[in-house]
Amino acid sequence: MTQVTIIDTGIANTASVSAAFERLGCDVALSHDPGLIEDAPLVVLPGVGNFGAGMRALRTRKLDQVIIDRVENNQPLMGICLGLQLLCDASEESPGIEGLGIINAMVTRFADEVRTPQHGWNRVGDGYAYYSNTYRIETIPEGWDGETSTHGSPFVAYLRRGTTLACQFHPELSGSWGADLMRKWIENAKEAAVC
Amino acid sequence: MLTSRIIPCLDIDNGRVVKGVKFANLRDAGEPVQQATRYEQGGADELVMLDVSATTSGRETALDTVRAVRRALSIPLSVGGGVRTVEHALALLRAGADKVGVNSAAVENPSLLRELADRVGAQCVVLSIDAATRIDGSGWEVVTRAGTNRTGIDAIGWAASASSMGAGEILLTSFDQDGTRSGYDTELLRAVRQVTALPIIASGGADNAKHMLDALRAGADAVLAASIFHDNDTTPNAIKEELRASGIEVRT
Repeated sequence: MTQVTIIDTGIANTASVSAAFERLGCDVALSHDPGLIEDAPLVVLPGVGNFGAGMRALRTRKLDQVIIDRVENNQPLMGICLGLQLLCDASEESPGIEGLGIINAMVTRFADEVRTPQHGWNRVGDGYAYYSNTYRIETIPEGWDGETSTHGSPFVAYLRRGTTLACQFHPELSGSWGADLMRKWIENAKEAAVC
Repeated sequence: MLTSRIIPCLDIDNGRVVKGVKFANLRDAGEPVQQATRYEQGGADELVMLDVSATTSGRETALDTVRAVRRALSIPLSVGGGVRTVEHALALLRAGADKVGVNSAAVENPSLLRELADRVGAQCVVLSIDAATRIDGSGWEVVTRAGTNRTGIDAIGWAASASSMGAGEILLTSFDQDGTRSGYDTELLRAVRQVTALPIIASGGADNAKHMLDALRAGADAVLAASIFHDNDTTPNAIKEELRASGIEVRT
């Protein structure tokens, strides 16, 4: 059975993420143990809430370096929503707080002219993804593949590099389209592990 | 581009789906997980569950219902009804709600929304407003406790303060229109749209796609309906087809 470890930051709501992986037949565990997260085959960094609180939670639990190392070593990691933003350099939401610096980008707020938070389904490529966010990154940084959506202006929907997948939307709430994306990430990670 | 959402609503009493008119005369309308799954398959963009149980044991059952629906559902789940404390809201989120709606308790203790937003983020917090036309016809006032208590609070002013109080979304129910199937209160929607940048879910009075089109044009970002979906009169997908023909962007 495929093991998925969800990082328990204590601030994110993990029930929907757990349920979505369970529907894909995965064995899901929650953990904030750095040793366990270092060695786990598939790790998810979920995220709901505030950037500063999220970084504080990762640092207090000594998970920051573990996550950086995982991406460096191409060990499968999926970041969701705030989980994508925490991988970046910093965010307008919490000035002065350093992010993990894995994605070289600044997280910024949506313009005042558009509805915030962005609550709802927005087009990504050939499908629709569910978003719940006020902050985003605007362009795909060098070294990453990805796609954009548009809310007033384009913003990053997801980024991919090797077995790292970072989504601004919530794949766990994006119906069968989201489930397919999660399944492909798992398959991709398994193939990478065999090579 | 962000699409307009179609949101079926399930009223839950002691683990069963019920439906009433003007928050009363409840009748049984089925099993929650089964209904929720049917709605997702029928094109629902999100699901709202309102716990109308009046008892403590009913509220405990509601947590089980949220867990069961969450296991089955791969679209967002917003839960409200009788949420009075931060602890209760957190319990609903842990059980699998993605958002929690606060109604009467926000009026009685406005700092509740802020406390909750500080814990879980404003995007998980919905201010649920039940608005009724004032007796003298001058504007709308907030009603609480299932419409039994007229607060005198101006509904438009209340909506205007939602964002600063910590809410990330407004569920706006017209008490006058609820259950009547004669259309949303578009005047109320227009007035609230003027005073907030938050997403607004229109609720109360839907019978057909035309009503939903009117609400979206009046400024709603999402439209909620209960009876028309319960009774299998229509599906979210059928509604969306009509909306798309009128130029509204919806998820296919």
